[in-house]
Amino acid sequence: MTSTIRVRATSNGDITEVQALVQHPMDSGFVKDAKGEIIPPHFIQQLTFEYDGKAVFVADWGAAVSKDPYVKFSFKGAKKGDDLKIGWVDNKGATDTTTAKIQ
Amino acid sequence: MITANGFSATRRPILRRKLLQGAGLVALFGLGDLPFGIAPALAAASDKYPEDAFKQKRDADAIKALYGTSAEASDKVKLDAPEIAENGAVVPVSVSTTFDNVTSIAFFVSENPNALAAHYKIPAGTLPNVANRLKMAKTCNVIAIVESGGKLYSATKEVKVTVGGCGG
Repeated sequence: MTSTIRVRATSNGDITEVQALVQHPMDSGFVKDAKGEIIPPHFIQQLTFEYDGKAVFVADWGAAVSKDPYVKFSFKGAKKGDDLKIGWVDNKGATDTTTAKIQ
Repeated sequence: MITANGFSATRRPILRRKLLQGAGLVALFGLGDLPFGIAPALAAASDKYPEDAFKQKRDADAIKALYGTSAEASDKVKLDAPEIAENGAVVPVSVSTTFDNVTSIAFFVSENPNALAAHYKIPAGTLPNVANRLKMAKTCNVIAIVESGGKLYSATKEVKVTVGGCGG
């Protein structure tokens, strides 16, 4: 199965810019479906980016992050061709991980 | 590599069965057999998820639960958000700052059911510069907080929401 995580990490010398897009419903628990029943909360709680065995960025998310969440950040010290590890865990304990090459 | 989706499809029912068979079997198989061992291990490298702060309704309470103190407004925190958001389900919000030694950045939406939307840990070497997309229930203030050298600095901007998007 393909990963739920799409990442683009581009290096321009010293700084690596990372953009990530995750497929996830991010249900808040405040919305009702067509039958008027509450859709239970289902959202990513933590998204972690690891480079060289260390976390370079950790997102703690609540239900107010939009569906199919997007995040962008930058960090220093990585090189082109290096690996960036990305993983998430949601409030139901589901997880996904992927590894992206820095371009 | 086996994806987490593969795990949830095939391995989770097995875990549930094991749990039903009682603690003895779980002990026998050991915790190493838990199907979702990968990402939590990755997440464990960082601090814990601030569950309590995400449960607070008001922004001031959420800030207090997250940081234990309050923030002072600063023009060195630059919050970028639209004047008017036609769709409250997807409001692009970003923050950048010229403060040094930033350790975290957080976003709050004051009139959402739970004010805290997102909290980002910024380790040394990562730039204090984050963009994301948030849901907004209605027209209200978006607050960005930057933690630098143990102090909190904030920027606030009102975003007018045409169609509320508390749930997307």
